[in-house]
Amino acid sequence: MKVNGENCAVTPEMTVQSLLEQRGHDPKRVAVEKNGQIVPRAKFAEETLHEDDVIEVVQFVGGG
Amino acid sequence: MRLTQEQLHAALVERHGADIQQKLDRAAVGIAGLGGLGSNIAVFLARLGVGRLVLVDFDTVEVSNLNRQHYTMRDLGRPKADALRDQLIEINPYLDYETYTTRVTPENAPQLFADCDVVCEAFDRADQKAMLIETLLAHLPDTPIVSGSGMAGCGSANAIRTERRFTRLYLCGDGTSDIADGVGLMAPRVAVCAAHEATMVLRLLLGYTEP
Repeated sequence: MKVNGENCAVTPEMTVQSLLEQRGHDPKRVAVEKNGQIVPRAKFAEETLHEDDVIEVVQFVGGG
Repeated sequence: MRLTQEQLHAALVERHGADIQQKLDRAAVGIAGLGGLGSNIAVFLARLGVGRLVLVDFDTVEVSNLNRQHYTMRDLGRPKADALRDQLIEINPYLDYETYTTRVTPENAPQLFADCDVVCEAFDRADQKAMLIETLLAHLPDTPIVSGSGMAGCGSANAIRTERRFTRLYLCGDGTSDIADGVGLMAPRVAVCAAHEATMVLRLLLGYTEP
């Protein structure tokens, strides 16, 4: 699996939620695309990940 | 002195060129959040003569906004959308300003910005930024989104840049400085980030898809 362009090992039962936790992201402050499609926040916990998936995670910081 | 629409338009054409101005005349841009980023972006886009601006913020102007947001003391207590529209009318009264004093939510965002060629995310809170990006990318399948993330503190202005992420998301900022870490926001650096967002909007309206 690719995450932000880098190879990343997929573990069984891995979801978007568990990937974000593993990388130390607050799920409320990120947007995630899987294979070019936005993953809705409500689906993070059920969206499973596989070997050929391409994942992009954008983390936001506050201020404006 | 009040210029006629023809006089003001001729001045824009003289500066920008007829082909560019024609594209800007016909463009519609949404701005979600009219604080330090959004108020400055709106001023830049009005000066460019972007034909229609959709401006949305639920808030009123407070004393704590005056260090960086494009408002003055006379605006205190007024809805930001109204105060900003009055300023933009002074810059160019012949553009179409569509203002809403309402909170942008996942429910109303797709409709508010449905007819926009580009939408700017200009919120303050990181979770609100993430919510809007997710909502607009999911529901407006062809609309590019320009977002601001990381302009707090007094780090170098050169750390603020524009990056393309996903397919249609343009992220402006240093990516790291966060008000959640107790770092303040100050006018010049916020304006640099707002100028990055406005420049990317301009490029997209003219057909350039790279930062």
